[in-house]
Amino acid sequence: MTSSAPPSDPMTVTHYRRFERTDRLLHGFLMFSFLGLAFTGMPLLFSHETWAASLARIFGGFNAAGLIHRFCAIVMITVFVIHLSRIVQHLFIRKDLGILWGPASMVPQPHDFFELIAHLRWFVGLGPQPRFEHFTYWEKFDYWAVFWGMGIIGGSGLVLWFPELFAYVLPGWLFNIAMVVHGEEALLAVGFIFTIHFFNGHLRPEKFPMDSVIFTGRVTVHEMLEERQDEYARLVSSGRLDELASAAAPRWVYTLGRSVGAVAVTFGLIMVGLILFALLTK
Amino acid sequence: MTRALIRLLICITAIIGPAAAAAAGPSAQAKGAPKPPTNDDCLACHGDAGAVGANGRSVAVKAEAFAASIHGAGGLACVDCHADLAKGAEFPHAVTLKKVPCAACHDKAVAAYETGVHAQARRSGKNLTAATCIDCHGTHDIKPSTDPESRTHHSKLLDTCGRCHGDEAIIKRGNIRVGNVVELFRDSIHGKALTRSGLTVAPTCSDCHGSHDIRRKTDAASRVYRRTVPLTCGKCHEGIVREYWTSIHGAQVEKGSPLAPVCSSCHTAHEISRADVEGWKVAVIKECGTCHEESIKTYRDTFHGQVTALGYSRVASCADCHGAHTIVPKADQRSMVNDANRVKTCKKCHAGATESFAQYDPHGDSSNRARNPFLFYTSQFMKMLLLGVFVFFGIHTLLWLGRGMQLKAAARLRGQGDDDSTEDGR
Repeated sequence: MTSSAPPSDPMTVTHYRRFERTDRLLHGFLMFSFLGLAFTGMPLLFSHETWAASLARIFGGFNAAGLIHRFCAIVMITVFVIHLSRIVQHLFIRKDLGILWGPASMVPQPHDFFELIAHLRWFVGLGPQPRFEHFTYWEKFDYWAVFWGMGIIGGSGLVLWFPELFAYVLPGWLFNIAMVVHGEEALLAVGFIFTIHFFNGHLRPEKFPMDSVIFTGRVTVHEMLEERQDEYARLVSSGRLDELASAAAPRWVYTLGRSVGAVAVTFGLIMVGLILFALLTK
Repeated sequence: MTRALIRLLICITAIIGPAAAAAAGPSAQAKGAPKPPTNDDCLACHGDAGAVGANGRSVAVKAEAFAASIHGAGGLACVDCHADLAKGAEFPHAVTLKKVPCAACHDKAVAAYETGVHAQARRSGKNLTAATCIDCHGTHDIKPSTDPESRTHHSKLLDTCGRCHGDEAIIKRGNIRVGNVVELFRDSIHGKALTRSGLTVAPTCSDCHGSHDIRRKTDAASRVYRRTVPLTCGKCHEGIVREYWTSIHGAQVEKGSPLAPVCSSCHTAHEISRADVEGWKVAVIKECGTCHEESIKTYRDTFHGQVTALGYSRVASCADCHGAHTIVPKADQRSMVNDANRVKTCKKCHAGATESFAQYDPHGDSSNRARNPFLFYTSQFMKMLLLGVFVFFGIHTLLWLGRGMQLKAAARLRGQGDDDSTEDGR
């Protein structure tokens, strides 16, 4: 599919804008704060492992690792807040209610369910590959998993960060629950992002080794035609396709994206390896 | 060999010469019995630094060393100890003399020694090199233990015991199960105080083990027998041990419990370190966990337990909440974790702790529905969530991977990857 070289130079074919610059930047901050949080947090969750102690030492010990963890948390919470404010802006200032429902919305809709079923059937050769809109069901799951995760992990993290403060409004036994939720949800997030999200976004055969769209913000016309026919058709019929047309992103953006992506994927897979090692040798 | 014979010859002349001269004197034959040799007589041969016996072994005695020794200074004659020569044996005397019977004078010390582990090892035949009097005290140069030069002086004893207990070869040969304890002791707080800081109040081997009657720790009369350990440590750490006897552990030990910890259970015997050292604070948690298995398991699931497991002691460990020497059951009003004292205990670290804050369970157990119902159900929910997500997306991913690879392979077969169309796959 798209990862195989298209007949023409991918840098010269028509591209369509998919992600705004702010969203790409936010994703970049999200990536690095997530990696920082994972690498400074997982040692606690697997504190009985030798690698956990080594990792904690690499980050400068308990105090330094804790500081990095909290710094990354602030970065991620800021990303979340900016994202929320952008949603509010879309809804109330741009009056763009399309983000709540409809073809370009991130909100799960009945067609997502049917596409999931169709996709599964296609996996096993029982039907044709489904056509997708602006966001596929697995992209929506990725988004909402992170959204829920930010709320849950961020919320419980803040409780654990300021227990004395929260004790004014919450009973102390909730800290026990915050601890479990923070750890388990983090394990879910780390496990999911570093395997499923990496696969869906980058490592699956059609995309291997990676999809640059989150760094360049643009997809080629081929990608549009092969992956999002429904969206393409809708944009053509509404006449808005040309509004989104653009040239390829500058070459340095691709280079940067590939480097950053490779680093993130490498570290993510290392963490998955460490976790699997811990779980399998328990 | 010739040299040895020559030396022997010199000896013989040295002894016979004066004897012959005396024999010529008028009073020489006053009594029929032969006169015992004087110290000078003995030193005539043995004073030669190169003197060797017929078997080639050195028989030299340092005259000055003996003179400076407690026995020499006290005017003892050689034959007072080497009594089998007192009756004026013929010279040169027999190659092997009788063992010097220290007990002739030091009866109490020897009697004590006979009850100890060293004498026992010799008697049983298991270790014929186990220490006797001379191994620790020396022979001709024995000084009182109050003399800084003495092998048994407080500052020197470690080296003296270390001649065996710090020597790997001897430890192995003698099957000394406790191992190289002298090496461990040197790095302990006691060892450092003794050897580096020169503290005379710091204990050395004999302070805990005794000197002559050193007994096995399994011997009820031993100073290091379980129940006696607190008394032995208490000789110096009086205040701590007084507290200890009021604790549940002390009370249990007093009752004869074979499990309740004594000082050395937590502090070890020879590696004792400062209690405020990070490594020790973290390591001692494991000691508590050897008996309190359930508690350490639940502790390890908390932030406190995780951080300490990583090797950092800034967060609460067992003793921070339960106390160390004063531990009593939670129900006891004196307990730091008694409901009446919990907030105060939390406040040691969490200055703003309140009653509500103290409802936190530092041993929360997510698998114990009775103790932590909300935690239990939350944990169950999280487990199901993780399982559900990973199983579903695991299958999803594997299927997708299989399909993707299959299409790629098909495309490669068809057009060497030039044509990336997979239309027929749709």
